[in-house]
This record gives sequence, C-alpha cells and structure tokens, in this order.
Amino acid sequence: METRRTTSRMVIDPKIRQVGFFTSNEYQIPANRTHSFPVESNSPPISNISPSNNSLSPVMIPPPRHVSDNITFKFPMSPLRRLSSGDNVLHGSYNPSELFLSSGAGLSSESNKVGDGRKGKGGGKVASSLPSGGFEMGAVKSSNLTTVSVMKMPPGVSEKAGGGLIEVRNEHTQSSKPLKEKTSKAERRALQEAQRAAKVASRAEGSKTGVVSGGAALGNPKPAKSVKLPLPKKDGSQVAASVAASEKKGSDRPAEKDRKKDVPHPRLQFDDKNRVEKAKKRAVVKQTEARNRVELFRHLPQYEQGTQLPDLEAKYFQLDPVHPSVHKVGIRYLVGDISGGNARCIAMLHAFKDAIRDYSTPSEKVLTRDLTAKISSYISFLNECRPLAISMGNTIKFLKSRIGRLPLTMSESEAKATLYSDIDCFINEKIITADKVIVEHAVTKISDGDVLLTYGSSAVVEMLLLYAHKLGKQFCVVVVDSRPKLEGQALLRRLLANGLDCTYTHINAISYIMHEVTRVFLGASSVLSNGTVYSRVGTASVAMVANAFSVPVLICCETYKFHERVQLDSICCNELGDPDAISNVPGREDIKHLNNWTSNENLQILNLLYDATPSDYVSMIISDHGMLPPTSVPVIVREYRREQLWL
Amino acid sequence: MPDTHALVNEFVLMLKRRKVEGSQATAKQTAELLRSVISQQRVPHTNQAGALIDAINSVGEKLIAANPVELAVGNVVRRVLHIIREEDLSLATTAIGNVGLSAGSDDEDNVEQDDYPRLSAAAVAAASRSTLRAPSLHTLLEGIPDPAAAHRTSSSGGDSEGKSKSADKSLRTRKLKHDVIEAVNELIQDIDTCHELIAEQAVEHIHHNEVILTLGRSRTVMEFLCAAKEKKRSFRVFVAEGAPRYQGHILAKELVARGLQTTVITDSAVFAMISRVNMVIVGAHAIMANGGVIAPVGLNMVALAAQRHAVPFVVVAGSHKLCPLYPHNPEVLLNDLRSPSELLDFGEFSDCMDFGSGNGSPLLHVVNPAFDYVPPKLVTLFITDTGGHNPSYMYRLIADYYSADDFVVQRKSSAEQ
Repeated sequence: METRRTTSRMVIDPKIRQVGFFTSNEYQIPANRTHSFPVESNSPPISNISPSNNSLSPVMIPPPRHVSDNITFKFPMSPLRRLSSGDNVLHGSYNPSELFLSSGAGLSSESNKVGDGRKGKGGGKVASSLPSGGFEMGAVKSSNLTTVSVMKMPPGVSEKAGGGLIEVRNEHTQSSKPLKEKTSKAERRALQEAQRAAKVASRAEGSKTGVVSGGAALGNPKPAKSVKLPLPKKDGSQVAASVAASEKKGSDRPAEKDRKKDVPHPRLQFDDKNRVEKAKKRAVVKQTEARNRVELFRHLPQYEQGTQLPDLEAKYFQLDPVHPSVHKVGIRYLVGDISGGNARCIAMLHAFKDAIRDYSTPSEKVLTRDLTAKISSYISFLNECRPLAISMGNTIKFLKSRIGRLPLTMSESEAKATLYSDIDCFINEKIITADKVIVEHAVTKISDGDVLLTYGSSAVVEMLLLYAHKLGKQFCVVVVDSRPKLEGQALLRRLLANGLDCTYTHINAISYIMHEVTRVFLGASSVLSNGTVYSRVGTASVAMVANAFSVPVLICCETYKFHERVQLDSICCNELGDPDAISNVPGREDIKHLNNWTSNENLQILNLLYDATPSDYVSMIISDHGMLPPTSVPVIVREYRREQLWL
Repeated sequence: MPDTHALVNEFVLMLKRRKVEGSQATAKQTAELLRSVISQQRVPHTNQAGALIDAINSVGEKLIAANPVELAVGNVVRRVLHIIREEDLSLATTAIGNVGLSAGSDDEDNVEQDDYPRLSAAAVAAASRSTLRAPSLHTLLEGIPDPAAAHRTSSSGGDSEGKSKSADKSLRTRKLKHDVIEAVNELIQDIDTCHELIAEQAVEHIHHNEVILTLGRSRTVMEFLCAAKEKKRSFRVFVAEGAPRYQGHILAKELVARGLQTTVITDSAVFAMISRVNMVIVGAHAIMANGGVIAPVGLNMVALAAQRHAVPFVVVAGSHKLCPLYPHNPEVLLNDLRSPSELLDFGEFSDCMDFGSGNGSPLLHVVNPAFDYVPPKLVTLFITDTGGHNPSYMYRLIADYYSADDFVVQRKSSAEQ
C-alpha cells in the first residue's frame, strides 16, 4: 500500500488519496469525493478514468501489516501518472530529503522532524491520511516507504515508461521485502508516533488537504514528502519495487491481505519510556504515575486514582477537540460509573452518535477522512480515561470501516443518517439481540434442581438467570464474589429482588461450595482466538476449581467480543486498578494495616482487573452464533469478521 | 481437683466462643491446662498411669467437644496421653530391669530384656510404641529387643497398669507424675520453639531471586520467610490477602517491616499471578494422617492453581498440627462457618436472611467457611520441625507422636468411666 500511496502522491494530487481504515473490499477504495471508483486490479481502467481529472484517481491506502502486503497490490499505472511522477522530479523535492538523510539524526529525532515537516507544509494530508484508528503500524510503514518511493520513483518510472511495467513490478516486489525488514519495529513506532502528532496538527491546520486543485496539490505535497524520507538507504530497485507493488493494487488483495491484517497491532507498552513520553504530550488527560509500581506490570499504565478527575472536569467546558458527550462518557469510565463490556460499549457508541450528530465537515475536507480522524481522537481520549476493552476495539473497527465505506458522493446529512442507523443497528444486533439469543441458547442448559454458580456480575448471565426463573425453572444460584469490586453484591440484590434463591459467598470459599454446584455460568470480557477467556479477575480460579470438581463451565459471550488476538497468561495484557481499593476494606474499619502503604517502597499493591482462563477449563462457549467449544472460536472470529465487513 | 474444674471450664468456654486464635496458642494453652490437671490429680498408689489417663481423657473429651474443629486440642490431649503411657512404660521396664538385675531372670517376661538392662527410657518407650503399631524399621535398627521380646513387652505393656501393681510401688509413686510433668513441659517448649526449628530450614528451600506466594497470615510462614531474609537471600513475596479476614495485610506489613519485597494481591488474582511464582509457601490449620491439610479457606484454590503450573506447594507446620485422624468429608465435618457479616452488610440484606419468618421473601444463604481441605496429591512438601516430609509419609510421622489407643479420646474415656 505504501507504494501505492507514494505513487499516487507523486502522480496525483494527494487530496485524492483515500485515507482511513482499509477493509478488504473494494467499496472503500473510492476515496475521492468527486469520483468514487473502485480500484480494480487492472490498472488501465483507473488510469483511464482518472486522467479526466488529471491526477485525481482515487487511491486507496490500506494500512498493511506486513511488508509482503505490497506485493499483493497492483497499482494501476496510467501514463498520466507517470507523467506526473516526472513532475515530481521536476519539483525537486528530492534534495531536501537527502539533506535530512545525511544529517543522520537518531531515529526519534528523525521521526519528529518528519512530523514537523509535514505540519509545516500542510502535508497534513499525509498524516491525516494515516488510518487514524488503531492501525498506526501499517501507516507508519507506509509513510516510510512512501517517502522512499517518492524520492526514487522518477528514475524507475522513466525506465519503465517503455511499458515493461509488469516485469518491473515483479522484480520490485521481491526487492521490496528486504527494505521493509530494515525498518525496525522501534523505528516504525517512533515514526508512527510522530505521524500521529502530525495528524493532530494537520487537523488543526486543516483545510489544505481538502479540495486543492490538482496543480496546487502537486506543488504542495511534494516538499512534504521529500522531507519525510527517514530511511537513508534505498536503492533504485527498492523504489521501483514499491512502485511495482503499488501497481498491483486492486487485484488479488483480499485473501492474503486479510490474513496479514489479522495480526493485531502492538499496543502501547508503558515501559517504553520514549513512547510514553510522547504519548503524554498528546494526552488530554493529565495523570500522575502511581507510586510503588509492581515490577511485573511496568508495561501497563497505572495512574494515581483521582488525579485525573479534577483536571478533566475543569476541561469539560473548554472548547477542546473532545465532544462533550464523549467527554462525559470518558469521565464516567474514569470514575467507574460505567463498567461491564456491554455497558461501556453502548455508552461509547451513543457518545459517538452525539458526536456525529454535531459534526459538520469543515470546508475543504472529506467527511470520511475527517470524521475518522475525529473519532480516533475521541478514542484515544477514552483510552486515556480507561484502557479500552477488547470488545470495544472490535466495535471501533466496525465503526471506522463504516465511515470509511461511505460513498463520497453522499451528502453530509445522508452520511450521518447512515452512520446513525449503522450504530443503532450494531447496538441492537450485536449486543441486545445477541444477548437474547444467548439467553435462549443457554436456558436450555438449565434444568430443574440445578445449582448454578456465577462469578462477579455479568449482564448476560443475569438475564439468563432471570429468564430461566421466569420460565418457572426450579434452581438456585450461587453468587461468588471477590474483592475489591464486589460486583456480585449488586447482582445478588437484583436476583433477590426478582425472587430467586441465592447463596452468596466469596471466591476463597469456592472449593467449599463447588460440591453442590451443577453448572457454572460465567461472563467474559473477551474470548480470544486460542480459546482463552479474558474476563474479570478470578474467573480463571472459578473455572479451574469447577474443572477440578468436574462441573461444566459455560461461558456466555457475545460474538462481537471475540477477538483474533491470542494470549497465554494474564500478565502480558491486562489492566491495573486502583491499589487503594485493596488496602482499604470498606465496612471493616478494623483492617487498616496498609493505610499508608506508599510510604514503604518495599510494599506494592497489585489490583489486577482481568485474567485469562485457559481454554481447557471451558466446557462450552455460548454465543449468539450458537454453542461452541473453545476450539471453534477462531472459526467464528474469521466468519464474523467477514460478515461484519460486508454487513 | 476442684480448682482444675474451674480452669477447664474457663478454657472450654473460650474454645466454644472461638476466643483462642491460632492452633499454636490453642495447643500451648491446652498443654498448660493438662499439666495443671496432672499436677492437681491425686494419684492412687495403684494404677497411677490409669488414673492419670482417665483424668486426661475426661478433660480432653470436654475440650475436644468444645471445639471439635480445632484439631490442635485433640492433638495435644493425645500427646499428653501418649507421654503418660510412655513414661509409665519406661518406669515399668526400668523397674523390671532392676528387678531382673538384682533377682536374676525369675520373670519370664524379662528373660530377653536382661541383655538390655540399661536401656534408656526413650528406647524402651520406642519399643513399647512398636508394640502399639506395626513394627518399624526404626525400632529394628535401634537394636531394640527382637520381635519376640517386643511382643512380650507388648503383652505386658497392654496391661501395664496391672503390671505396675506388682512392681515396686514406693519407688514409682512420685516419680511417674514428676516425669509426666517434665515431659509435658518439654512438649510445651516444643510447641513454643517449633517456629524456630522450621525457620532454620528456610535457607535450604529458598534461593536467590525467588518469587514466593502465600495466602493469609501464618506466623510459621512469616518466620520462615524472615529467616531466609536474614540469611541475605533476596526474594519477593506475593501475599494474597485472604478474604474475609484479610490477614494477608498484616503479613504484608510484617514482611515489609523486615525489608522484604512484598506485593499484596487479591485472592482472585492468584491464578493470574501463579505462573510467575516459583514456590507457594503456606501455613496450615491441621495436617491429617493421610497427608491432607486443613488450611485457611482459599488454599485449595491456590493449590490447584499451583498444580496447574507445576509450582511446588509447600506447607509449613509445627508438629502439634499433626493429627492422627483420617479425614472423612473434611470440607463439611472439619469446618467452621463464620458469621455472614464478614461478607455482607446485615442492614441491606437482613430481610432476605431471615430464615424463620417464612414471609415468602427469597432465602439468602451466606456461606463463609473458615477452612479448606487440600488433598494430599496437591501438596508437594511438608516442612515440620522435624524436617521435610512427603505427604505420603505423614501417617508414619504421626505414629511417632501418638499411641493408637488414644486416637478416639471420647469413646475410650467414656468406656473407662
């Protein structure tokens, strides 16, 4: 894709490029406001079309995960483009970049420069063009490549001009691989950071990207690109390669591409000081690092509880980039007002609906692109308030793909209405109806005389129990709870209010109570594709004990919470809660041994929020796609993703 | 023994009200009480040991009934009984030995024993022990009288009271009581010092940079860890807080005060953390003869998690926690259910918890057990004051401390009375 982008840039106006989340289908491709052409594998058609507008061919920039992605894409090379590339050369954007290279600054500095350069030149397009959401990785890479290709394109192009396009393509694809490998992850990350920053800036500056006439655009963008060149060594061959890759663009993308995309992008690791520093600069929420951190969990964010709130509240009335509804939801996340995967997800979607309602496309901007960027900034805000759940990641992916797929021809109000209904549809279908279906399925597993055990408070399980009770089944419920959240008490209250027989106990007594239990019903925050159930901390213990007592464990989980990630333990990826919640035991004033625990650096308190239940403890997963064994999760993930994209 | 009555009743009340916390304190107080019972007991000239055993049995029955779950009481009672039997036996044998020496082998019982006239009391006691149990390698190696002799002593030991009559009474009148009290004093001392003996072994089990997980608070564990720390081992400890008593907080505070790297986690996070733990070290409430452990609630979960991740599960416990009984349904029969108020606020749920009213409101049970049963297969190692042992060895270790006649304290005493 990078190649594609570069080519497009060189050749065409940068404005044209479609930015955003790339989904494998062609719909997204039509980036141009004016013209939406699905880019086909055949370069000729596009070129034909685009020429009319000289330089305006819709170029789709999907964020590739892998180097090899390039290979799969064919970029339609139209003679016109080549010409334009020639133009680029003329512009002489080349030299400045080389200067940069020669200066040989450290990676990070380079990336910074890059960002700056972009901003300054209104190359904002580049930045903005990055898929603003979670797909930065690919974007970063692409930028690198782009720059490279830009620089060197001219020669390659000219050579090719003869028409041996295809051959060139092949050669270059091969060569392109090594190139990409050269960029280390760290480099890419750094770049990505910079780009994000640039994006924000560009957004502010705004309008240039928009509807610049072809000629003007040509002039502008080039310098920006040239500035970018971060990677010193790129041979003509590589450049050519990238070009070639870009040529391949539309054709055989889907399969491999999809697979590549499956690889989840790495999260921000909070033990990476540089990146954290950068992230902090961007952060809306000012937070103080908690003291006495647990060594094992340095890679996770942990902030002192309460330090963010006043600041955030003060900002509520300021005119800042965050929409008030989003802000409100963020604060509620922070306070813990909204918790539970479904509730958080729905709240977020509603906030986004509000934001979309109040959104109007700035002049000279494309709705799809600008809105995606906006949503991304909201998301990063929410993420600062509380790390997003995995299920929310899926939701966001959905929303972004929806935005990205809006036809450019659509009017703003129409687009907004479409998004509205899309979001409503998601909430209804994926969450509310899904819950109902799960309950329908699961209730068949409850028979008279059962003793059902549940842990914590899961919305689906609660619905299930109430429904089974309504059906007149005779059973009783064991509610197992654990500190510090004691969510089980709330569940217990609601169950009792509905007239169910309940037994309440804490997680330590689980082996005592398990003798009497006939089924265990658990909720999940997410189900990962190796069958691991990622859920409220303690779920794994409950499942383990149930397994030891040969009691079946049934997990109730909506399919939108399935995720293609894999995880082996609960340490690599988790969320840390407020340690003070553990040192204080509410209602037990006699226990205050840890009152000022921060004073001693030898003492740490760890408040894990999630854990990963190995799949062999799980007898069955009940989802809206039916009841399945944990081994079938990857299948569902696959099918579901396709369905979601085409939805 | 009117004055001991008061003492006994007081202690029974304390046990009933669960005022005595911790098996070590209980064991010590029981031993002290029994000592005073023995010293107050008027001893008849005949059948001294029988009288003492009767007295201890009757007191022990009361104590055990007061808190059947606190196995340490029964353990100490049985050990005192065992001490009495051994002392009596050793007195008898030495007396017989003396007789044999002076009068020659006029008694057929002592024919073989003539060869071992100066056997120590302990050795004789060991011999007698062997009569109460299957013969052990231990006794064989100690060069104790051969099976035939042992058998004879056993037959004589069985009715040692009867034999004692025939032996020199005047010599033994005061001596038995005195010896028993001495031995009980030793027992009390043992109970007191078991922590140190266990802690001494810490260095052999904890290495540098180890990550150790424990749950709740046990003094034995605390001393064990601190002993290793004092030996300049640096390691870190995860302490699960041990709801609903949250004694883990106390333990964490104590450990931190000694300079140990300590991390407090919730009980629910045990499974998440155990994959990074090298060893689980916990205390126990009691160790059963099959190697199973009655432990603070939550430990079965920890043991299962440890087994899943192949983390050694080590139980440290003083020998007063060794119980000669085999558990039957221990989760129910050897458990205490504590007040629901530790888990729930009475105010909020009181209408649901009223079992008697029958007003149609749904029933809410709150289950708050005090103990867990950890089956022997989940335990990797026991560390007691006599060293480290496999779970499968516990029955044998226990046989050293108790005599088979005393396993059931109640029935025997009632039968004899």
